Amino acid sequence: MSTLIEVNNLSRQFGDHCAVDDVSFSLDKGEVLGFLGPNGAGKSTTMRMICGNLTPTAGEIKIHGYDIIEQPKLAKAELGFLPEVPPLYPDLTVDEFLIYCAKLHGLRKAAVKPAVESGKSKCGLSDMGGRLITNLSKGYQQRVGIAQAILHNPSVIILDEPTVGLDPIQILEIRQLIRELGQQHSVILSTHILPEVQQSCSRVQIIHHGKLVLNEGIEGLSRRMTSSSLTVRFREQPDLNSLKGIQHVDAIERLEELEGHQYRIHHDQHVNLAEAVAELTVNSGWGLLELVPEKHDMEHIFLSLTNESNADE
Amino acid sequence: MNSLVIAGRELRSLFLSPLAWTMLGVTQLILAYMFLTQIDYYLTIQAKLIGIEGAPGVTDLVVAPLFGNAAVILLLITPLLTMRVISDERRNKTISLLFSAPISITEIVLGKFLAIFAFLLIILACISLMPLSLLTVGTLDLGKFSACLLAMALLMASFNALGLYMSAISSQPTVAAVSSFGALLLLWIIDWAGSNSGNSSSLLEYISIMRHFENLLRGLINTADLLYFVLFIAAFLILSIRRLDNDRLQK
Repeated sequence: MSTLIEVNNLSRQFGDHCAVDDVSFSLDKGEVLGFLGPNGAGKSTTMRMICGNLTPTAGEIKIHGYDIIEQPKLAKAELGFLPEVPPLYPDLTVDEFLIYCAKLHGLRKAAVKPAVESGKSKCGLSDMGGRLITNLSKGYQQRVGIAQAILHNPSVIILDEPTVGLDPIQILEIRQLIRELGQQHSVILSTHILPEVQQSCSRVQIIHHGKLVLNEGIEGLSRRMTSSSLTVRFREQPDLNSLKGIQHVDAIERLEELEGHQYRIHHDQHVNLAEAVAELTVNSGWGLLELVPEKHDMEHIFLSLTNESNADE
Repeated sequence: MNSLVIAGRELRSLFLSPLAWTMLGVTQLILAYMFLTQIDYYLTIQAKLIGIEGAPGVTDLVVAPLFGNAAVILLLITPLLTMRVISDERRNKTISLLFSAPISITEIVLGKFLAIFAFLLIILACISLMPLSLLTVGTLDLGKFSACLLAMALLMASFNALGLYMSAISSQPTVAAVSSFGALLLLWIIDWAGSNSGNSSSLLEYISIMRHFENLLRGLINTADLLYFVLFIAAFLILSIRRLDNDRLQK
């Protein structure tokens, strides 16, 4: 597999504010990378830098082996970008706009028409060719934006929140489209919707305060998700060391609670420690008030990761 | 090549809005009226001119003033044409389409410049139909006429380049229009200071667009004047490229 995107030590400063801080990752052909993060985490900034819309303060970006700063034309020819706000000219029709985009990307005259047709059919726009963009609904405008990004068959497709403003059926279609695209291209997509990542991505990155806090394949992530934990509430202060002594216990975390002593015990997956913990608690006389096995979901991982890095600062 | 794609789109959008048609119509109407009054004036003094040796002909008395008036109208309308070209793309975020396509900033700026220039040349073509209509009843000094056309084309390109730069530095089209109109008017009249008392500064005279334009309009094609226009256009185009490139560096 060939590496299509390589990002090394990327940083971006806006005045005193550091929007992206030392981010590095790479993406191979056939991977779909989900980019997650709370608002203002630096997702869009990173994407804009990869697409050459913003110059990085430090670091380098290589698309298909071409540096985006040194050889912008060669690098950008391999790129399809849908920004947060789809860049559409309202006074053109869908066909006119897509033909313009195809020409901008240097497609030969003979190749323009087939490219526009296939782009339209992929995005479900076949009947919309003659409509003015300004008269289209938000969802259809978003589709035109996606069509524009995949028109010239780029090897790297970058979509900033592609499913915003779409209805549930369209969202399903777009997810299907992204999966299809992912087979032949590299795709980066940013989103707020966590299930979307599970469904369409093969890798997940979580960015928070400009730092990459998670970079993992979807298998690793689902392992994280099945890895369970227990919340336990004691009447007395327990001895944490002997709790840690139980086999398979990874970590113990104190939870904020006014009454009693509440802890979350993280342990390896596929084992249930409830019995062992209960036994130890009863034997030690800490007073077991509550014992709940927990399942992690995507949201949980997301929240715990973003909270962790909040606590670091 | 890429510039032509951008220019084509820009020109097309221009003609999709009523602005372009209104401008063509209004310009033509006003200049036609001015042309008519010039013709009228020429007819009244024609009889006196016959007796004078080396008297100015119809090209000097009708055609040159017509283009002089056209220049003043252009001063008013070019800012309205150029105000949107870059600031609107920035406001509507369509600029990222151009930034992420395999096109250099120079090609983007040139494309925008060519689109407006093409439209201005259409205006010029319409205006020059009026003097050309005189060929049906008499003769024109075609040399002087060509010099007038050259003067107009250079003037249009200069106004265009300055307007483009103002559009590149401002975030709102109206601000771009007002500032480019102000800058053009100032450059037009900058040699007024001291010109009545006879001790005007030669530097200000050189900076003034009008001086160079009038030389060309009189049929006096001087390298210094041509160079002034070329430098003027190149300077503002390069400044626009620099400014647009800066968009990616900081914000």
